[in-house]
Amino acid sequence: MSATLTEPTSATASAPSATQVTPSVNRLGLTQAAYRGAPSTLCSGCGHDAITHQIIRATFELGIEPHRVAKLSGIGCSSKTTAYFLGQSHGFNGVHGRMAAVATGVNLANRTLINIGVSGDGDTASIGLGQFLHMLRRNVQICYVIENNGVYGLTKGQFSATADKGSVQKKGAENEMTPIDCCALAIEMGCEYVGRSFSGDMKQLSALLKGALSHRGAALIDVVSPCISFNNHEGSTKSYKFAKDHEEPLHDIGFVPAFEAFTAEYAEGATHTINLPDGARIVLKKVHRDYDPTDKTKALELLSKARDERLFLTGLLYHASGQTSMVEQKNLVDDPLATLPQSRVRPPPEVLAAIMDSLK
Amino acid sequence: MPPTTAVETSVAASQRNTIVNDIVIQVATTNGSGSQSSNNVLLRAIFQMGIPVNGKNLFPSNIQGMPTWFTIRANKDGWAARRETIDFLVAMNPESAAEDLRELRPGGVAVLSSELKPYLNRSDIHAHIVPFGDLVAQVCPEVKVRKLVANMVYVGVVGCLLSIEIEEIQKAIARQFRSKPKAADLNRNAAMLGYNWAAEHLHNGHEFTLERMHRADGQILIEGNAATALGFLYGGVTVVGWYPITPSSSVCENLIALLGKHRHDPATGKATYAVLQAEDEIAAIGFVLGAGWAGARAVTATSGPGLSLMAEFAGLSYFAEVPAVIADIQRMGPSTGLPTRTCQGDILKAHLLSHGDCRHILLIPGSVEECYEFAMESLDLAERFQTLVLFMSDLDLGMNHWVSAPFQPPAKDMDRGKVLTAEDLARLKKFERYRDVDGDGIPYRTLPGAKHPLAAYFTRGTGHTAAATYSEKPEDWKNNLDRLTRKFDTAREAVPQPVLEKDSRSDIGVIAYGSSDPAVRESLAQLQAEAGVDAAYLRIRALPVNGMVREFLASRRVTYLVEQNRDAQMASVLRMEYPELSAKIRSVLHYDGLPITARVVTDAILESENRK
Repeated sequence: MSATLTEPTSATASAPSATQVTPSVNRLGLTQAAYRGAPSTLCSGCGHDAITHQIIRATFELGIEPHRVAKLSGIGCSSKTTAYFLGQSHGFNGVHGRMAAVATGVNLANRTLINIGVSGDGDTASIGLGQFLHMLRRNVQICYVIENNGVYGLTKGQFSATADKGSVQKKGAENEMTPIDCCALAIEMGCEYVGRSFSGDMKQLSALLKGALSHRGAALIDVVSPCISFNNHEGSTKSYKFAKDHEEPLHDIGFVPAFEAFTAEYAEGATHTINLPDGARIVLKKVHRDYDPTDKTKALELLSKARDERLFLTGLLYHASGQTSMVEQKNLVDDPLATLPQSRVRPPPEVLAAIMDSLK
Repeated sequence: MPPTTAVETSVAASQRNTIVNDIVIQVATTNGSGSQSSNNVLLRAIFQMGIPVNGKNLFPSNIQGMPTWFTIRANKDGWAARRETIDFLVAMNPESAAEDLRELRPGGVAVLSSELKPYLNRSDIHAHIVPFGDLVAQVCPEVKVRKLVANMVYVGVVGCLLSIEIEEIQKAIARQFRSKPKAADLNRNAAMLGYNWAAEHLHNGHEFTLERMHRADGQILIEGNAATALGFLYGGVTVVGWYPITPSSSVCENLIALLGKHRHDPATGKATYAVLQAEDEIAAIGFVLGAGWAGARAVTATSGPGLSLMAEFAGLSYFAEVPAVIADIQRMGPSTGLPTRTCQGDILKAHLLSHGDCRHILLIPGSVEECYEFAMESLDLAERFQTLVLFMSDLDLGMNHWVSAPFQPPAKDMDRGKVLTAEDLARLKKFERYRDVDGDGIPYRTLPGAKHPLAAYFTRGTGHTAAATYSEKPEDWKNNLDRLTRKFDTAREAVPQPVLEKDSRSDIGVIAYGSSDPAVRESLAQLQAEAGVDAAYLRIRALPVNGMVREFLASRRVTYLVEQNRDAQMASVLRMEYPELSAKIRSVLHYDGLPITARVVTDAILESENRK
């Protein structure tokens, strides 16, 4: 294994094409290019491109084998982005709001795949809310990223269900309805890895993504990702300016992959260390407030307060372990169901003969 | 209503001719009263005497307290379709008694619970008043189960009146209650009591009798949905997504039972399948597409309203070329409609399900045996053609009891279609997901997880090139649609072919499909016997059709297309396929929610032919 990685300490660019100070090959001997996809066709400056880039980096730095990844998405600007990363991974751009169900089927068919789902706030919280919640309560194996900009970009700027109360549309209309907080709902549904981030916060997003990719079961990251064309104006609560001015990280997040030694340097000043199933660790360090992400009630309380006081709190909001994943609940064989040979899925003729006899 | 005390009043003994093994028995009860077990016992006892039977359950969309009927047709010639005339009535339900008695044919037999005596106002039937309440009290000390057990008393009474062998009744009871020995004893005693009481108290003066024959020997008795589940089991299904809806739920319930019993790894005890109950039908088909894309053999079962919800994914399956199977057990619609009544009302919708240019393969079983075979076949075809295959059964076939030859083990290996592995890619050094390499319109696919740099491709509902890259170019779009048409044309010869059930030189043809088959077969015999009308009969078993159907239509003056829907849906499909033969098709349509009868077909054809 050619591990030469260190935890990235700074992010220098938001565009995937930008030059990065990263090692040339990862532990598989692959360059970052092996994790790229087709060129993005999104608007220049779109928050989604920055998230795409972090997914490329996270999978590259973790040394994930591209062929083991399934990229899943619904419909919308965010859902298009699965074409822009991991070009050597199979991708399925499904129908609007229904990626959750597709991902569920993929997970059942091949439990060995690493599922990366990318969706938007319209795709997840409006048309797809039901499926999203059911996917979480089933604990489907997936790293689910919501690229949350509060509007429908592809249809030119209508509000989505995550738009904050009082937020103003580009054409001036104000949202008067209560926003749907996907993170609070996820915690309610028993999701054991719930994070919120900002597409402009590279370091935090990178650590959250890596943690999510190492998590067993459903992991959700809700990333505020400004829409440069339809929701980046004065009065918007999902604009770059608003996010930059209001982001309040709950902690400093570090991620130590399983293949890297956990040194004293990491431990120093840590308020929480979270062990992930694959041996990786998340290290949380205090910034302003004391926050324990393993306390479900406190997490929900804080999210409620954040909504009332319009705080933009980011970080690992909630983490737990102990729930069985869907694949475990179903007691599936270790091999993918998809490729089981006939001898394992077709009972012998004697079984049929016995059934026939019982019906005579 | 004047009470009638007369039993055996005015039917003269001299009028009697014995009718052997040709009877329709109707049991009228209340739903939720536990009559299902008794009716199954009655049906099986007759079946075990070697007599072909069919059992139809006509039930309300309700759990308890509404009228329900179970109809048994026993027929020595094997006619299994519904018949309008009721020969023998067991009336247990005051709510429906007046109408039940009215519908009994003259000379018929009625067994009435004594509290229904006031409803008896006919003198042209043989009526037997039975004190079920008093009788059941003798064998059943437990008051709260007496209502249930009373049903088994009527089984004994009917058995005695129709000469059903008591040993076969006992055997059927033992089978019905095999896991509950105490209940088996109680019910056996109840049936014996009814049998003996009838032998002592009732004068058997009617013309019907049942006697042992050998036509059903070695046959099986099964519901279509159970047969369908067996087909999916032997088809090697690995992922099942479903949302409960009448009348399809028993497909999945049967399948869950079968998979639980036969599909656990012997070494580890782990499951080689996954069944997931979805939050709605959209999610159910979503699971199926996700699983099918990842390489599993995945199915869902639903009925009309659920099929509507699946429409968007159906189009994605067609266009992105993802294998999927939907078993549609058709019921009366639109909307809630009559959820417990049958029809063939989804044919056109299923064939064209979704938006844009979209045509799907339909497999249409005409018997329980075909339910088994086509369920298996649907999984092969879905993977072979990388598309949605709809398995079109209906409530009559799916939820009723049919006699069949025992099912045979699969004659061929599973067809996993054109899937390239990493090894294949290393050899070929080239892969384009949507390229028509073989000229049959069917491209090659790879599965996620295949470890080769060329393996990955991006599946999308948007316009794409042969290499699966995004495209809005007009020629790319058109070329792709044209290839899908080629693929569809390839399917014409690969799907279950039409069967020429009856050849004839007659210029009259009959085409039918699905559960109309038993009625059409019987009708052909009626046409011959009653009016000397001969007709050829072609049974369609799948869409798309091929030239065989065209030839059948073209070579005859007229073809009657029998369907159980209002809008002549299959006729519309054939008219789209063969517009030049449009005028040769005349529709015989039945759509009242009850299964079609031979009489409906016969009368319609005779009237059209001016032979009536």
